[in-house]
Amino acid sequence: MTTATVSGNDFRKTLRSMQIPPVYFFLILVFVAGGLLDQFFADGQIFKNPAIMLNIAVRSVALGIVAVGQSLVIIGASIDLSVAYTISITAVMSSYIMQGKTENVPVAILGVFAIGALIGLVNGLTITKLHVNPFIATLGTSLIIKGIINATFSNYTGSVPESFQYFGYGTIGVLPVSIIILLLVVLGGWFLLARTKFGSHLYGVGGNAEVARLSGVRTDRVLIGAHVICSMAAVLAGLFLVSQMQSGAPWVGPNGVYDLNSIATTVIGGTALSGGKGGVWGTLGGVLIFGVLETVFNQLGVNPYVKTFLQGAIIVLAVASYTIRSKKEAA
Amino acid sequence: MAEAITSFTEEKITQVEPLLEVRNITKRFPGVLALNDVSLKFMPGEVHAIVGENGAGKSTLMKIIAGAYIPDSGTLYLNGEKVSFSHPQEAQLQGISIIYQEFNLLPERTVAHNIFLGREPAKFGALDIWQMNHQAKEVLKEIGVEEMISPTALASSLSVAEQQLVEIAKAISFKAKVLIMDEPTAALTYTEVKLLADLIGKLKNRGMSIIFISHRLVEVFDIAEKITVLKDGQLVNTVNKGDVKPADVVFMMVGRTLDHYFPALGKPEDFGEVVLKIKNASNEIIKGIDFELRKGEILGIAGLQGSGRTELAQALFGVMPFRSGTMELHGKAIAIKNPSKAIKNKMGFVTEDRKSEGITPRQPIRDNMLLTVRAIQSLFGPILNDGIRNSRKLVPMLGKQVDIRTDSFDREAQYLSGGNQQKVVLAKWLASDADVFLFDEPTRGIDVESKASIHDMIRELTKRGVAVLMVSSELPEIIGMSDRILVMADRQLAGELPAKSSEQEIMLMATGHSNTSIKNSTPAGEE
Amino acid sequence: MTTSAITSPGGFFQILRSTWGWIKKIPPVYPVFFIIFIVLGLLNPSKYQTLNGLMTFLRTASPLAVLAIGEMLVLALGGFDLSVGAIVTFVVLVSSKLLANDPANAYPAILTMLGFGIAIGLVNGLVVSYLRVPSFIATLGMMLLVRGGALYWVGGAPQGYLTDNWRAFGRNYIQNVPLFGRIPYALIILIVIGILSYFIFHRSHFGKQILAIGDNVRASHLSGVRVRLVRVLTFIVCSVLAIIGGVLIGGYGGVNVTIGEGLEMQAIAACVVGGVLLGGSKGSVPNAIFGAFTLQAIVNLLNLLGLPKPYTDAVQGLIIIAAVAYAALSTRKKL
Repeated sequence: MTTATVSGNDFRKTLRSMQIPPVYFFLILVFVAGGLLDQFFADGQIFKNPAIMLNIAVRSVALGIVAVGQSLVIIGASIDLSVAYTISITAVMSSYIMQGKTENVPVAILGVFAIGALIGLVNGLTITKLHVNPFIATLGTSLIIKGIINATFSNYTGSVPESFQYFGYGTIGVLPVSIIILLLVVLGGWFLLARTKFGSHLYGVGGNAEVARLSGVRTDRVLIGAHVICSMAAVLAGLFLVSQMQSGAPWVGPNGVYDLNSIATTVIGGTALSGGKGGVWGTLGGVLIFGVLETVFNQLGVNPYVKTFLQGAIIVLAVASYTIRSKKEAA
Repeated sequence: MAEAITSFTEEKITQVEPLLEVRNITKRFPGVLALNDVSLKFMPGEVHAIVGENGAGKSTLMKIIAGAYIPDSGTLYLNGEKVSFSHPQEAQLQGISIIYQEFNLLPERTVAHNIFLGREPAKFGALDIWQMNHQAKEVLKEIGVEEMISPTALASSLSVAEQQLVEIAKAISFKAKVLIMDEPTAALTYTEVKLLADLIGKLKNRGMSIIFISHRLVEVFDIAEKITVLKDGQLVNTVNKGDVKPADVVFMMVGRTLDHYFPALGKPEDFGEVVLKIKNASNEIIKGIDFELRKGEILGIAGLQGSGRTELAQALFGVMPFRSGTMELHGKAIAIKNPSKAIKNKMGFVTEDRKSEGITPRQPIRDNMLLTVRAIQSLFGPILNDGIRNSRKLVPMLGKQVDIRTDSFDREAQYLSGGNQQKVVLAKWLASDADVFLFDEPTRGIDVESKASIHDMIRELTKRGVAVLMVSSELPEIIGMSDRILVMADRQLAGELPAKSSEQEIMLMATGHSNTSIKNSTPAGEE
Repeated sequence: MTTSAITSPGGFFQILRSTWGWIKKIPPVYPVFFIIFIVLGLLNPSKYQTLNGLMTFLRTASPLAVLAIGEMLVLALGGFDLSVGAIVTFVVLVSSKLLANDPANAYPAILTMLGFGIAIGLVNGLVVSYLRVPSFIATLGMMLLVRGGALYWVGGAPQGYLTDNWRAFGRNYIQNVPLFGRIPYALIILIVIGILSYFIFHRSHFGKQILAIGDNVRASHLSGVRVRLVRVLTFIVCSVLAIIGGVLIGGYGGVNVTIGEGLEMQAIAACVVGGVLLGGSKGSVPNAIFGAFTLQAIVNLLNLLGLPKPYTDAVQGLIIIAAVAYAALSTRKKL
């Protein structure tokens, strides 16, 4: 046994014991690669300007919040394709209720969270009680929401009072409020998954629902709970987005491709689509990767349509990097 | 005072009540009487083995005790009180734990999480991880493995033996008084079996009643004190280990009047040239396979569950190909790496699980029969070629050949009885003109009439020059059908036996008690 | 009871019973379609009770039917193709640029589009077969790819108009047809595709293997079916049909950036309404076609009743969920 091998193994063992999700190495790689591209083909802000890092983080907040919710659902071996339109309806409804007046803000917030909870409930019930495939169920829900939005609102609606914009733009010291909120959400997600009975049961339901059931876990309730939390996370993201706008617009959700992106970042972060394993810290890493990519695209002045094109490719490749190892035939 | 207590306890032991008792248990499944009026007593501080052939009713009985099945009639008594369970959890809470062969662990969760799934220690919904790990450690300590297994280890990182220990720890955490284990030693190495035996000894000394199902008589005799033999759903006898020899137990397990007659075996002149020749072939599971298969003969593959018989058939068909060794088909060297190749070389595989691997359940019978023919023809070939117009004749012809009882070939295959479904699978391979047929449990779960029918058909095949390799756990079938018998044990070939060998000879070889004289006998047909 | 079967009361009931049994076997989509169409006819006689009006309806419904056939094939395989809407957008936008306002470019442009269709389907099939990405995600990703690619190619806005000869397929009619008056080219194309698809799906080895894979992929593999090949080909057919659908839709609709949006859900809804079992193993070309007709009729009916267009999206979502739930629950009951 040469010394090289020994130290190599030790290094890997220490890393694994620290339990850093591998996605963070990709993040560093992507960051460096992106920074280099920026250096040679643009004005090199990424390496020069520290504000850029903060920028990347802020860009990631909305997606990050949604992705945490999505991760929960995916760990439960389900999926939620209605998050994009949930964000949209949050944006317009909250802005509409607020009407630019600070005193309306609490009602608006309560209102949209109630809507979110309802959406999550409908998703969860359709999947568990009506036995509809989660893809179809949440896609159907998203269509219904889309219909309702388009029928009622066609353009910017209502307005957001300046006080609420604190959420989107405010800072506490050097740190933007939004990043603090994102960190709180990720921490909350982590706590839920790692330190509560609910989380333990959710992993069981996603890993092997039959085993969970035999152990007395109320599988239906757990899954419905996960869907409700996911929809409410989408609502929170929607509130954040609308706080950065003067008034809510219906295209906010689909424009940001929050549905597919939240799935992709979850998968890149190490959470398997088949459920039962993974966690939110990895998802955060995936979200940051997407944030870096977004910034690099901006720096390089990439055409927004090329961005869409690349997003499609990246999402598929990201998911493929995990599924390629599975032995099961995909459908 | 202390002496008085000791003598009182000693007296108590000799007169103790059964911890668990089952009386007159009967259980029926569609088409089969799994358990017929079985009554047994299980004592505390005792290790009790249940043996019997596949289908004898062992699993069913265990599942009834563990609350997974409800008996059609009969009662269970726990500590003298009548009990009934409608859900395995109820049994678990009352102290009866069962460990299945395929463990019920979540691979991506820690040992502690697995042990306490569903009853995690928590304060207001927040997990008390320290407490959970601590309690897990305590439980692991109770069975003496706290050094080996850490509560925070991922289940998937543990060896099979260690996973089993976690399952046992889980049972202990439920304060189990009765521990049922299904084939606990099937996947363990020799040393691991010894450790398990020690652990079982420890548990028994705590007053637990241990029940285990096993095919491996060596271990049964090592570990158990009482042995119960079940046969065809009925209790044959319960004996003390010290009163019998393994051969006696085997004798009790087998030997029955045949429920139907088998077609006549082949005669030496019926067997043609060697069609399939395997030399020293191995893959991830089975090793060192050597045999020949001749035209017109039925080669039976016998062995216990887990001995590698199915894997042998799968390797031949390319499902889990051989990694080393040589294969010759019709004299030509060949490597079969996937089923398509096997099929192109005119092999057919009637699998063990027709529901998940044999039929496409929601397609009509006729499409099931024609699937392979269609698959090997050109993709856009119109069905006219072999299809709708001709299938008006082909499908009924096949149906007659395999004696399917159905009113219409357009019915979905899922609505047929097991026997008829199996015939559909057979028809599929007949249609594809295969000349080497692999069968894995051809008549499992099939009614007697269809069984006889299928047996006749298999012999018919050989008369037309087809070579047949047949894996089966039903000894009467092996003996009734095979022109030669290969016995597998521990994922290797244990030996070869001639036609009409006795069930005992086969069982002995399969359980690792091979009689050398039997092993070296020349197979019938070789002069 | 064979003698005087019709006159005797018992025999009469016998006939009723057997007719009812025969009626029960008809897929529900046909009666539903006719009922809805009759209602439409009552509400708007000039449009729905005349042959002229019927043909206009069919001109609009045929492209959706073409897309539904392709989608049905993928559904029968056990997968989903969510890129078909984006493919339609792609066809319309990119053709507007390729044509460069010159009718001579029409046929080369269409051929190029068909080439793209093959490429897109090929990638979809390969990603699912070899990268083992679930088709739902693979085709959603492809949707972004195709849409982004299309918008990039035309710089965000249509680059010209679609020439008349290009639009002829989707817009024009064969005039002066005896008995029917006029027949839309789109319908003719649908009929041709329908007949071809019928033979490929119901009457060839290929179609039967699609169904086998959707039903039990393991048994199919063990029976010698070349699963990957069949899968890739199926996705290719679906994409190519989407291209054709795109040509037809661009034909009568003209150029428009949002064209094609949501069409994949309409195609799936059409199949579901037609009774295709979501999850593979069942399928029918005629059912898919009439599912599309029924969906179009429902949309028209809702419009006629004054429901704003966006609500039709919502209704579609409900229809899909309801149909799938119905299928899922009824199969459970059977078992």
